Amino acid sequence: MRLSGNGLRCVRGGREVFSGLDVAAESGHAVAITGPNGAGKTSLLRLLAGLLAMEGGSISLEGGDPELTLPEQAHYLGHRDALKPALMVRENLSFWRDFLGGGKSDESDALAAVGLDHVAHLPAAYLSAGQRRRLSIARLLAVKRPVWLLDEPTSALDVTGQAAFAAIMTGHLAGGGIILAATHTPLGIAVRELRIGGAA
Amino acid sequence: MTALAAVIRRDMRVALRVGGGALIGVLFFLTVVVLMPFAVGPDLALLKKLGPAILWLGALLASLLTLDRLFTADHDDGSLDLIVMGRTPLELVCAAKALAHWLAVGLPLVAATPVLGLLLNLDAVATGAVALTLLAGTPALTFTGMVGAALAVVLRRGGLLLSVLVLPLSIPVLIFGVAASNAAISGPSPFGTPFSILCALSLSSLVIGPFAAAASLRHGLD
Repeated sequence: MRLSGNGLRCVRGGREVFSGLDVAAESGHAVAITGPNGAGKTSLLRLLAGLLAMEGGSISLEGGDPELTLPEQAHYLGHRDALKPALMVRENLSFWRDFLGGGKSDESDALAAVGLDHVAHLPAAYLSAGQRRRLSIARLLAVKRPVWLLDEPTSALDVTGQAAFAAIMTGHLAGGGIILAATHTPLGIAVRELRIGGAA
Repeated sequence: MTALAAVIRRDMRVALRVGGGALIGVLFFLTVVVLMPFAVGPDLALLKKLGPAILWLGALLASLLTLDRLFTADHDDGSLDLIVMGRTPLELVCAAKALAHWLAVGLPLVAATPVLGLLLNLDAVATGAVALTLLAGTPALTFTGMVGAALAVVLRRGGLLLSVLVLPLSIPVLIFGVAASNAAISGPSPFGTPFSILCALSLSSLVIGPFAAAASLRHGLD
């Protein structure tokens, strides 16, 4: 499987964020998107996720399911955690599992993998920022998608959380997955770096 | 199907729990209707005449009050991004969300109508007629209101814009809802004609609403 974007151009609010940008990633490889604030890291991920209109260029996923578009085969982990404060931790996760078409895989396993099984019955309103992020990561495990688009995935995670997430990402790559992550900090896995915006 | 059932289940849970919209809608309806006799005065004949219109206006405002959170809440917490990316067609998700909103907010308004009818000096037949027209007409309010909610989703203070957008669209529903109620209460025109048109308005909004809402959500992505 190979994800590639050629000559991508993105315009936001009348200002060109980037143009002529090429990005490529193969099965089992991770790409870290780095660059200064405002360089367009998030815009690039949202473009790939189909959440921003493309102004130019092309995106293709070779070797994926031909019936599905790239966004339908991708997980997007954004700045916002997509959690409902009124729902319990387990309800939040099982909603996304059902909505995104996850298999019968028990969500308890996903919760245990991110270390949240002891708060499964707590409303998500009472979670800390790091715990909210862990719950979002559990979504990546509960539903299988080959492509992971991660925006600052390790923000708010503590040291053990970052190590656990590195192990989760390694497992995903070992299964033939693709990861594109916008980040300022090392992810703890082998990555190829794609630097966008600014010479510095 | 699992995905749509999950959406309905989640939205209803959120609406029924602390800070949800279900109870707010009914309480607002109650407040508006209770205020009316104080404004109009203790003229029982006049209250009886105005009763259906007051109940309809109350229901319209109450369902509008909670509609602005329909998509804004999902937009603010990032859920909308994942919903747009999902494999379920956005039109169906919009329909499921509107259905959940109607079940959680619209249906309780219908259920509260008999109690509030007492406050407006309506007899059993009149209350029944108003409740029946509300049952047939509130889906139209929810499904047209959803279009406004989708348009307002990316704007700050979208709730105010929503009212301005949606209230004019609700005029036909209001006209035929109140006309059908009055026909059942005092005649002489038949009940069937305005009621059929009310049902037709609801059915067409069930079809048009989800498509219009999905189109404006896609367009409003940023």
